[in-house]
Amino acid sequence: MNIHEFQAKALFERYGVPVPKGAAATTPEEFITALTRLPDGPTMVKSQIHAGGRGKGTFTDGFKGGVKFCPTKTEAKDLALKMLGNTLVTAQTGPAGRKVQTIYFTAASDIKKEYYLAILLDRATSRPVIVASTEGGVEIETVAHDSPEKIHKVHIDPAYGLADFQVRELVFKLGFNPAEAKNAAKLIRNLWTMYWETDAAMIEVNPLITTPTDEVLALDAKVSFDDNALYRHPTITALRDLNEEDPKEIEASKHSLSYIALDGNIACLVNGAGLAMSTMDIIKHYGGNPANFLDVGGGASKDQVVAAFKIILGDPNVKGIFVNIFGGIMDCNVIASGIVEAVKEVGLKLPLVVRLEGNNVAAGKATLAASGLALVSGDTMADAAQKIVKLVA
Amino acid sequence: MSILVTPQTKILVQGITGDFGGRHAKLSLDYGTQVVAGVTPGKGGQFFEHAGHKVPIFNSVADAARETGATVSAIFVPPPFAGDAILEGVAAGLELAVAITEGIPVKDMIRVKRAMQGSRTRLVGPNCPGVVTPGTGEGSKGGCRIGIAPGYIHKKGRVGVVSRSGTLTYEAVFQLTSKGIGQSTCVGIGGDPVNGTSHLDVIKLFNDDPETVGVIMIGEIGGSAEVEAARWIREHCKKPVAGFIAGSTAPAGRRMGHAGAVIGGAEDTAAAKIAVFQECGIEVAATPSDMADALIRAAAQAGVKLS
Repeated sequence: MNIHEFQAKALFERYGVPVPKGAAATTPEEFITALTRLPDGPTMVKSQIHAGGRGKGTFTDGFKGGVKFCPTKTEAKDLALKMLGNTLVTAQTGPAGRKVQTIYFTAASDIKKEYYLAILLDRATSRPVIVASTEGGVEIETVAHDSPEKIHKVHIDPAYGLADFQVRELVFKLGFNPAEAKNAAKLIRNLWTMYWETDAAMIEVNPLITTPTDEVLALDAKVSFDDNALYRHPTITALRDLNEEDPKEIEASKHSLSYIALDGNIACLVNGAGLAMSTMDIIKHYGGNPANFLDVGGGASKDQVVAAFKIILGDPNVKGIFVNIFGGIMDCNVIASGIVEAVKEVGLKLPLVVRLEGNNVAAGKATLAASGLALVSGDTMADAAQKIVKLVA
Repeated sequence: MSILVTPQTKILVQGITGDFGGRHAKLSLDYGTQVVAGVTPGKGGQFFEHAGHKVPIFNSVADAARETGATVSAIFVPPPFAGDAILEGVAAGLELAVAITEGIPVKDMIRVKRAMQGSRTRLVGPNCPGVVTPGTGEGSKGGCRIGIAPGYIHKKGRVGVVSRSGTLTYEAVFQLTSKGIGQSTCVGIGGDPVNGTSHLDVIKLFNDDPETVGVIMIGEIGGSAEVEAARWIREHCKKPVAGFIAGSTAPAGRRMGHAGAVIGGAEDTAAAKIAVFQECGIEVAATPSDMADALIRAAAQAGVKLS
């Protein structure tokens, strides 16, 4: 689960990670009260959406930049009015962009130098790792590619936690002066505590900055949490912002379906995540374009199949449907009946190709054939994929 | 032979009185698997009964292992308690713990994996379909089925299958069986970022198993486990290997930041993994429908008979 920058920074403050003074607002009236809580002078106006690249983004009305520097608070308020309710398109949002519903004002900081700092899981070692670099404020992938020696990694032994010597080593490598080093060490230790205690999936601070007075501050904050651990963090779960999620994905999760919208026109309904991913791949392989990822899980009931069809058909781009089920333990005939009922219930008009395989498949295919529905049967994944691609073309 | 388990292996089921664990314990018993004990704390002394089988239930894994000689555990315990269940199996000195449970917090698995260092127990999973060593009976009955895979799609034979994904494993096994090619053992290692047994671990076991003559390795985007296995195969594996990577069309940028890409390196996309497979002499299946055929091509080239 992702959270907004202003929420992440509130958590930072709770864990003793210094951030610039800031205040969030969701209405023009709130802008005034929020700004009175900040010192006079240069102010940053930051659109709050769950996507990176905000500073370089463009609003759909042509206004450029989702993060802006303003010399005064009055100008900050005027700029915030242009962002609020406007839709911001960034490299990470896709062409549809995201509607800005919260503005975060912060006191602009004097920057001496920018750094990069992140904590996440290193899958190769199954341990958390701190990633830090003296090259902050830029895309870290570029740094990793062009000058990998400037990326420092500290793996943390979960049996001991982050050791003081590791923090010292990292701080020396980053070249802080003694006063900065003391502040940076404290910040890193506190950030680690937050990562570990909150079951964070990733914390990324880009940039982390030093100021002329040797303060060390987190200027930006991207934080996500392990969904599997949310049950033990009710206060973090409460930070979920449904406005940032695709309504179809929210609807899908209510039916224990896993759905992700894509931009193609062939909808998929599949059991199992691996099979669902490779169903998208095979559509693409034969020249089609998948409209979604949809995993109905291991138990696919009739109600789930109906719900899945409704979600799929809610996407106006969809021109055909590919149902790909490998009924291992499940009875294919039960699934076939579910498909028939679902198609009747939603009154499907689009081409439908069904590939059914596994337990009691003969009865399942007979049920589909006897249904009188205009659906096409595929024998293998390849056969079915080619058929739906042809029907939609 | 086979790897990890044989039809004689004695299994205990942690969470046997739960709906999920109970259902699959019954299917394993029907398959002919030696399910000799169940573990549900507080229900020790009761029995799990199914089709003439009377499986004793114990309060702890240690009791169950001591009383029945079980050496392998199938774990169906709900996510908040699953890490603890794995460590209980480790403490009891089991040879193998297969964690089926989906949704265990990553932090729990980080700690469990650290705590398992130096222990004799191997962990497969979590969030995996389990392990099947097919038997010689009808529909491969008489084999060892640990987990949730459909037993009947298997056939006893000489091909090893290793995969992160459940349904893709079944797809590969089904293709093989349909073509008359049997399997030595099929291992689902699970889709979680922190798991016990890697692709490479399983590949090494297959390489050392005299009965296994070829391997299908199925992977996904994310991480670098498949790449690591592929590089080892190039240097050390003498058996034909076919591979498939799911997720070529998976949308990028669903993750919020970029630090994952730094850690994963440039090799965690499907295209990159497929390129490494090809470099390492692994016959790549162009589509998921092509997995068995890819192995048949690789075997023909190596002059190996798969069945």
